[in-house]
Amino acid sequence: MKHRTFFWFILPSLAAMFFFIALPIVSVAVQSLFVEHEQIMTEVENCGPFKCETVLQVDTEATAALQEEAPLGRFNGLGTYTNRKHLAFKEVGVAWDETETLGEFMSELINLPFYKALFFTLTYTAVVTPFVIFLGLGVALAVNTLPRIVKGPTIFVSLLPMIVTPLIGALILFWMVDADGIIGATLQRIFNDPNLSLKASTPLTWMMLIVYGIWSSTPFSFIVFYAGLQTVPSETLEAAKIDGASRWQAIRYVVVPYMMPLVVFITLMQLMDNFRVFEPIISFSASAKATSLSWIIFNDLRGGDIQLFGSAGATSILTILGVAILLSPVLIRTWRDFNRKRA
Amino acid sequence: MSLMKSFATGAVAALMATAAYAECEISSGNVNVLANDFPALKAITETAAECASGGATVSANHNKDFRNITVQALTPNPAEYTSVVVANSSIVPLLNEGLLRPLDDLVAKHGQGIPKNQLITIDGKIMAIAFMANAQHLFLRQDILDQIGKPAPATWEEVAETAQAIKDAGIMDHPFAFLSMSDWNLGEEFVNMYLGHGGEFFKPGTAEPAINNELGVATLNMLKELVALSNPDFLTYNTATVVPIWKSGDLAIAQLWGSSGGELLSGEGAEEGVAENTVLVGAPTVAGGSTPASSLWWDGFTIAKNISDEDAEATFLAMMHGISDKMVEANNDAAVWLMDSYTPGLAAAGVAQTAAAGAEPYPMLPYMGLLHQAVFEELPDFLQGNESAEKTLADIEAAYVAAAQEAGYL
Repeated sequence: MKHRTFFWFILPSLAAMFFFIALPIVSVAVQSLFVEHEQIMTEVENCGPFKCETVLQVDTEATAALQEEAPLGRFNGLGTYTNRKHLAFKEVGVAWDETETLGEFMSELINLPFYKALFFTLTYTAVVTPFVIFLGLGVALAVNTLPRIVKGPTIFVSLLPMIVTPLIGALILFWMVDADGIIGATLQRIFNDPNLSLKASTPLTWMMLIVYGIWSSTPFSFIVFYAGLQTVPSETLEAAKIDGASRWQAIRYVVVPYMMPLVVFITLMQLMDNFRVFEPIISFSASAKATSLSWIIFNDLRGGDIQLFGSAGATSILTILGVAILLSPVLIRTWRDFNRKRA
Repeated sequence: MSLMKSFATGAVAALMATAAYAECEISSGNVNVLANDFPALKAITETAAECASGGATVSANHNKDFRNITVQALTPNPAEYTSVVVANSSIVPLLNEGLLRPLDDLVAKHGQGIPKNQLITIDGKIMAIAFMANAQHLFLRQDILDQIGKPAPATWEEVAETAQAIKDAGIMDHPFAFLSMSDWNLGEEFVNMYLGHGGEFFKPGTAEPAINNELGVATLNMLKELVALSNPDFLTYNTATVVPIWKSGDLAIAQLWGSSGGELLSGEGAEEGVAENTVLVGAPTVAGGSTPASSLWWDGFTIAKNISDEDAEATFLAMMHGISDKMVEANNDAAVWLMDSYTPGLAAAGVAQTAAAGAEPYPMLPYMGLLHQAVFEELPDFLQGNESAEKTLADIEAAYVAAAQEAGYL
């Protein structure tokens, strides 16, 4: 394709990406550098159905005047990034100075909201991603060997977790693991412990969230691998068979190397998706035991009556940085491969 | 026969509705109400909608998440909604941004009959018209109390003792529940218990937190004692979870919103014998105090600033019709109404007792929401036994300070 044609071809998507992705990110980054104006407060008497009392109230006129002058608020630089709700430099420093063992320091660190969320987010990502890849490949290989007549229905059923809306899927599972639900009650019978509750214990909640994550993401990797399997050259497979390769060897030495680009692709997608884990935490009401970076953003905007846009912006930017760091090894590798092939 | 009957009832209702139309006619203007989603508020907006017969348009949006959009909805000029139905806490962001219209003129013109206790005045200006009260209070199962031979608990210590007795008697494993979901609900339980201990949330005249004290520690310990008597899943318990458990007969004592009373007394969908034995009593006191450990709430309507005077007047008239005696008579048990025509029924007993015993209203402070949020973010750590009460209180204060600095209050 000529460069000119290519440019016109890609212009609509470029424009959409610029307006709907790049600009909002810039806007979020800018907002994260600002905090609200100082609220000018006056003492007023409030009366309601129950009693009258003198309280502080925001002086809206004076505050509106400040707002008019600088609509973005006060410039705070990276102050929001380093406060207790985010990287908490000061608190981490104090914890480092005051604790003696690494274990104590870690427990102090986990007590800070950002690190607590990061801890779960990273665990979730690190466990779910490999499971999704291996399970997806396994299911794809299994489905591929099925007779033609049952293939269609099996594929449909295997895709169900992806078809179900994530929030609904998680809610269904949440009700099933309830002490009165089918899974919860069965587990209580198996372990003969009437107080066993998946929602009450932190490790079990984490497991539940991770299992849900694997369940809901596996179909995606399955369908990608399944499509990939259709393109594996049958000559190579037959040649391997003639050479006496077992089925396992054929998979290990023919299929898997052939599908490597797909593995890289799914790893990238899964790292990004899992790092932004959110829906299960809401549906499982798990925020007391597991929080993620996305949940922190949600909580800043929707948790209370006052929305903290600066905080939410800072966490968003930190999430983007986190994703970039996670993806960098894979990206660097891909880039090297690409250069090697070109050379 | 029954078909004929229901048809006849429908026809009568339709006739009555037509007759009612005549009572409220607004010839012009737009009325658009944003409100929370529960039956009492729907009764009001449906009655207000009758005013549309004269040519005005009346519509309503009921949404559980309404408080997340109020500020954005009222900021443009003209505003998206002409009225927002608010409560003690959800009015605060609108006041902070100055998006509400003082109602003094409209009250003078059309609302002479409104009793003074329904007028929410801030700095001498009427900013909202309250129409219902709500509070959390105790729900008890009389048959189970009789079984163990204990009276209705009047203090939280007695609640713990009674629940323990029920547990020891082998009647229920988890006899007690309150709304302890680790979101806004849990924050509210802390606020209630801390008010019961007589605590102050902030240093007087400032936005600086003042909860890290002995009263705070006592509050936390009381909450921990109570969750031990609740189901281990307590951090997922909100109204939607606890009400069905109550109906299934698996609870003996619960602290719930008064607005759940009508549903639980009606016995719809409940096991046999549950509704008949459900008793509503006032919120208990704690630690030898005399104030109930609960906070009083009002719901009321406000009118947006950024709308035309014509729309504002139409909205005021429609909402006044919405909270008229006619609506109260038709929906007497849907809420604890503040209007004179209300006849308190059984469902109102708990809220009425709580208010009469002198419970404090939920603080209507601009920065209260931030403290409330900090509480529910940090409290689960303590309730799960991961850290000490002092540490949790210090964490709550630190989380609040970070948020309040960002919001410009500190």
